[in-house]
Amino acid sequence: MSTAVTEADVEQVVVDSLESFGADRAQITRDATLEELDIDSLDLAELSQIVEERFEIQLKGADVAEVKTVGDAITLIAGRA
Amino acid sequence: MSAAGDQPPNGEAREGCALVTGASRGIGRAIACALAADGWPVGVNFASDEAGAAATVAAIEAGSGQALAVRGDVTSAQALDATFESLKQRFGPALVLVNNAGLRADDLALSMDDADWVRVIDTNLTAAFRATRRALGAMIRARFGRVINIASVVGPRANAGQSNYAAAKAGLIGMTKTVAVEVARRGVTVNAIAPGLIQTDMTTDLDGTLLSAVPARRAGRVEEVAACARFLASEQAGYVTGSTLFVDGGLAA
Repeated sequence: MSTAVTEADVEQVVVDSLESFGADRAQITRDATLEELDIDSLDLAELSQIVEERFEIQLKGADVAEVKTVGDAITLIAGRA
Repeated sequence: MSAAGDQPPNGEAREGCALVTGASRGIGRAIACALAADGWPVGVNFASDEAGAAATVAAIEAGSGQALAVRGDVTSAQALDATFESLKQRFGPALVLVNNAGLRADDLALSMDDADWVRVIDTNLTAAFRATRRALGAMIRARFGRVINIASVVGPRANAGQSNYAAAKAGLIGMTKTVAVEVARRGVTVNAIAPGLIQTDMTTDLDGTLLSAVPARRAGRVEEVAACARFLASEQAGYVTGSTLFVDGGLAA
């Protein structure tokens, strides 16, 4: 992770994005599954776009396929930023 | 960056542009002009007809519109990417994409060679897929997008000597429907227009057989196809998606 981007930054972006996709903010915890939050592949594709814009990292389909929980998403992105 | 298109309901100007592939002549040119008349800055894409593209730009600018000629062979992923980037730098992201670039290479299936099959599929179908894939990201983020695929009455309807063209155009219609449902909830619509026999350079060498089958007893005009593209690109057409609008004087009815 670059020194400029913290895991807290990544968490903020992920949570804000999931909320913008319709998830209830109160339900967005690290353990929550994307399925529970009704987050589907289109939402994840958009999240990849957002992450590319904000942190200049590219997420491939194979990476995203492993993401099951909000925590997985934060860990994946933070690891690349 | 420029404000573009008819205004969204909340009155905010929409930042972005329209890209029309193959806009150096014919239907592409007419569509480019129609979108510009609605306020869209237009990327006039062409492969080799630089003079034609310049004429399209000139026509748009004469009507107080904005346009940029962008050379790029749609069958090249790299050229396509460069086209999108050029437009984004000049006018903002492409929020309207008209996949119009196309060509014919007619022959009976019995004697058609691989090269003629492949290039028609590549230009008419694969290029449309790649351009759509490239455009969708920005459209989804903007919560607005209009993908308009110029298909044909050929595909849904048979036309001997055009199995490659028919396959590409029918494929385009299939792709239109599936992509439409993938992105519908983001305010992005994906539709096809299926022109019949239209008066353009691409149809001057066709014999009268097809024309005699047209119930309207005439060829269509490029402006008649462009008017449909203009509607589909508009705010008013936001609930039209996954559909194919036939502009064919009744040919496929």
